[in-house]
Amino acid sequence: MLLRHTTSNVKERKALTVNPAKTCQPVGAMYAALGVHGCLPHSHGSQGCCSYHRSALTRHYKEPVMAATSSFTEGSSVFGGQANLLQAIDNIFTIYEPDIIAVHSTCLSETIGDDLGQIVKKALDDGKIPEGKHVVQASTPSYVGSHVTGYANMLEAFVKYFAYNTEEKIRQVNLLSGWVEPSDMRELKRIAGLMDIKTVLLPDTSDVLDTPMTGEYKMYPKGGTTVEEIASMGNSMKTVAMGEWGAKSAAVMLDNKCKVPFSLTEVPIGLKATDRFIQELSLAGKISIPEVITEERGRLVDVITDMHQYLYGKRVALFGDPDTLIPLTEFLVDLDMKPVYIVSGTPGKVFDKRMASILSEKVPEAKYKNGPQADMFLMHQWIKEEPVDLLIGNTYGKYISRDEGIPFVRMGFPILDRIGHSYFPTVGYQGAIRILEKMLGVIMDQQDATAPEESFELVM
Amino acid sequence: MPNKKNYINGLPDPSEFKEEMLKKYPRKVAKKRDKAMIINDPAEGQEILANVRTIPGIITQRGCTYAGCKGVVLGPTRDIINLVHGPIGCSFYAWLTRRNQTRAEKGDPNFMTYAFSTDMQDENIVFGGEEKLKNAIREAFEIFNPSSIGIFSTCPVGLIGDDVHSVAREMKAELGINIFGFSCEGYRGVSQSAGHHIANNGIFKHVVGNTDRPRTGKFQVNLLGEYNIGGDAFEIERIFEECGLTLLSTYSGNSTVESFAYSHTADLNMVMCHRSINYIAEMMEEKYGIPWIKVNFIGADATAKTLRKIADYFGDKELSEKVEVVIARESAKVKAVADLVKPKVEGKLAMMFVGGSRAHHYQELFTELGVRVVSAGYEFAHRDDYEGREVIPNIKIDADTRNIEDLSVTKDDENYRDDLVAKKAQLEESGYEFRDYKGMMPDMSKNSLVIDDVNHWETEKLIEFYKPDIFCAGIKEKYVVQKYGIPLKQLHSYDYGGPYAAFGGAINFYKEMERMLGTDIWKLVDAPWKHEPEIVGSVTYDS
Repeated sequence: MLLRHTTSNVKERKALTVNPAKTCQPVGAMYAALGVHGCLPHSHGSQGCCSYHRSALTRHYKEPVMAATSSFTEGSSVFGGQANLLQAIDNIFTIYEPDIIAVHSTCLSETIGDDLGQIVKKALDDGKIPEGKHVVQASTPSYVGSHVTGYANMLEAFVKYFAYNTEEKIRQVNLLSGWVEPSDMRELKRIAGLMDIKTVLLPDTSDVLDTPMTGEYKMYPKGGTTVEEIASMGNSMKTVAMGEWGAKSAAVMLDNKCKVPFSLTEVPIGLKATDRFIQELSLAGKISIPEVITEERGRLVDVITDMHQYLYGKRVALFGDPDTLIPLTEFLVDLDMKPVYIVSGTPGKVFDKRMASILSEKVPEAKYKNGPQADMFLMHQWIKEEPVDLLIGNTYGKYISRDEGIPFVRMGFPILDRIGHSYFPTVGYQGAIRILEKMLGVIMDQQDATAPEESFELVM
Repeated sequence: MPNKKNYINGLPDPSEFKEEMLKKYPRKVAKKRDKAMIINDPAEGQEILANVRTIPGIITQRGCTYAGCKGVVLGPTRDIINLVHGPIGCSFYAWLTRRNQTRAEKGDPNFMTYAFSTDMQDENIVFGGEEKLKNAIREAFEIFNPSSIGIFSTCPVGLIGDDVHSVAREMKAELGINIFGFSCEGYRGVSQSAGHHIANNGIFKHVVGNTDRPRTGKFQVNLLGEYNIGGDAFEIERIFEECGLTLLSTYSGNSTVESFAYSHTADLNMVMCHRSINYIAEMMEEKYGIPWIKVNFIGADATAKTLRKIADYFGDKELSEKVEVVIARESAKVKAVADLVKPKVEGKLAMMFVGGSRAHHYQELFTELGVRVVSAGYEFAHRDDYEGREVIPNIKIDADTRNIEDLSVTKDDENYRDDLVAKKAQLEESGYEFRDYKGMMPDMSKNSLVIDDVNHWETEKLIEFYKPDIFCAGIKEKYVVQKYGIPLKQLHSYDYGGPYAAFGGAINFYKEMERMLGTDIWKLVDAPWKHEPEIVGSVTYDS
């Protein structure tokens, strides 16, 4: 057994986290910053943070992930990291020549009280930031929230820094996306294109973390939201923010700073969340929903009705981030599946409220928890108490899957052992068909592998 | 651009290229990097700048002290709960990511698949995290019933004044199991290397010598600095067993705290990765009189040499005979594969920037295949790993090194092995070398470029200049290099392959090089129409 010490005997824990269903803020800030064109993320802390975050993102995407670090030593930890950051800014603009440095803090620099804003101002005053170049900063203490919080904080910092309302309304809609894959960002743009709505998507990691092999290495690939695009977000008609955790704070910032109103919706995973997203887009763009979209929706519903028998009543355990878990749970319920165990290490009260509204009627037995000690160990203990038919989550789920013999679908961050997430979206109606394909694939593989020979089915 | 054909008569002088690389840097940076790049001349005792602070803003390969302590040294040990005291990230990133394989028998403890953290929150930073740490230890004890718990400090811990060592002492008294702490905050040193030292100290202080075990074999040995990436240690264990060597403990691949505790009953310590583990070897010699030798199981020739050296140490005829039988049989198998692969890869160019020993050890395997190493360097090594241990007395101890406790070790009269000390003296007289690490530079060709702590800018320039056929580094470099159309072999994770140690490992590595250097996939990059003139469409919608 891989997780041989896990038993069904759940004991309340107040201090110990085992097998977390979250990681820390800076990696989210790094990911968000990679979705801005010409931007080099910078980790203001000890160099291990930067190394770990780059490694995690690289393993997930199998793509170059560039970021710099302030490389704190004991001295900087005692006397403050100002000298390190000033030197770093100078070195980065000289050697690596990005358009933007996106600095995020770490638990180290936050604990010693480094004021990033003040240091960046000093860099500017000292002439360390060349003309036309930018240094954006976000406070991302690792001991608050999770990786999703860091992502949100970096997005907020970008719109705070770049977006301006110049009183010239532009007929475009801002799309602020919660943490999704490059493939999903590409899909969001495709959907907006089908609806003929001009949008600015922030961040946009497509063409950054899914770049083609050309025989040339480009430190700043062609993708990413440009400075001009982010600036123009202040003049947009409306913002559609996808995700309470990942996108809301940037939407609020845009509203406060530039008076661009926003509507908050969920990441469009599954049928109903996509329905709501399409309706929001239609409202924001003041355009009726085109037939092609309705047809995509129809294809999804067709697959659902065709394959209902394999999904009905299946008990599912899932773990990951609230912005994606909530619509995914809703989708599973729509399919007549039973999402019975749901955990997320990311805190936030909306989680309980939304889960209750999705689950209380159809899956009253569901157990869900987020925040402290809502970890994979707890979820595994629940599974030991009463098993499930399907597990959905990041790669770490494979240990539970193998021990318990549960079919497993990889969704979330990080996925370290399979490909596909970079290229095939899970958002929108098409994405929902992919989720179905993946779930059905593992469920039916399990049936094929375990069915008695006499009831081994050719047609399913 | 150098012409590869010229390399047959030796490597080109890269002086101009080095200047070109340095030109990009601000003056102070250039001055520092200049000393970290040596145009090698094995005939001269050259000095390299190593184990110094990473320059802020430079995109480095290096990680932190915590990574070296928890991730590298203690990570591969299965019967201990490694509890990370800090915000969640540090525990998350060191969770199973290093591929340390382990074989736990049914019913034996194995906590390596778990990540344990105190997940510090802002109130713990403001008001202190000691209470939460104590409670986490109690909870871990109650739920998992481990025989030992290690506490690993992350950056904020030292800054807010949490004393993990006093918490460890208190909890040890309360719970009656072995509990000890490591002050391995990420910022403590200039790289992972500081963490290795801290881990060595902790294990030595709190574990080594805790249990005396009666002898179980005629030749009792420890293998130090072998982390069982991809099953390397399994391959070495297989050979030891056949030769009749009793491996008490490996630091720390496929290891247990239980085995560290009686590892002081060995007759010989063998050091594989000198950088990460020489401290324990030195301390065990001082305290218990156990001599240590440098070994290398990367490369078939190196493995044979190492096995003979072990046999010579014991001076036992039967052992020597067994060793020769194993070498003869295994070498034949290795040669059969080498004969097939070598003609396909000979003359290709490699460069390697990794670790504290692998960039040296893996040159053996490349040499066996006739692949030339044009440039190499370590990520976190010290001068002695480049220039040899004889420079240790001349290494300037800077403030960052002084941060790390240097344990004062005294002789353990009860367990001290006077017999081994006498044996060592006798062998030394006949020219047998102990504590013998000569470093990477003497083994490299003239004019090869040795670079410490290579960074992203230099990596790009090196690729442009040398156009290597293969590049060896880690995950952060892998896809950068491959975008250039050059295959990268990860020498931390082995790209999820291996083992590459000892004879079986050499065969695996040869075959891997045959695959990587022989494939045509890189020629697929250009579309067939890349060089065709653009055709203006006449049957498109617009026309």
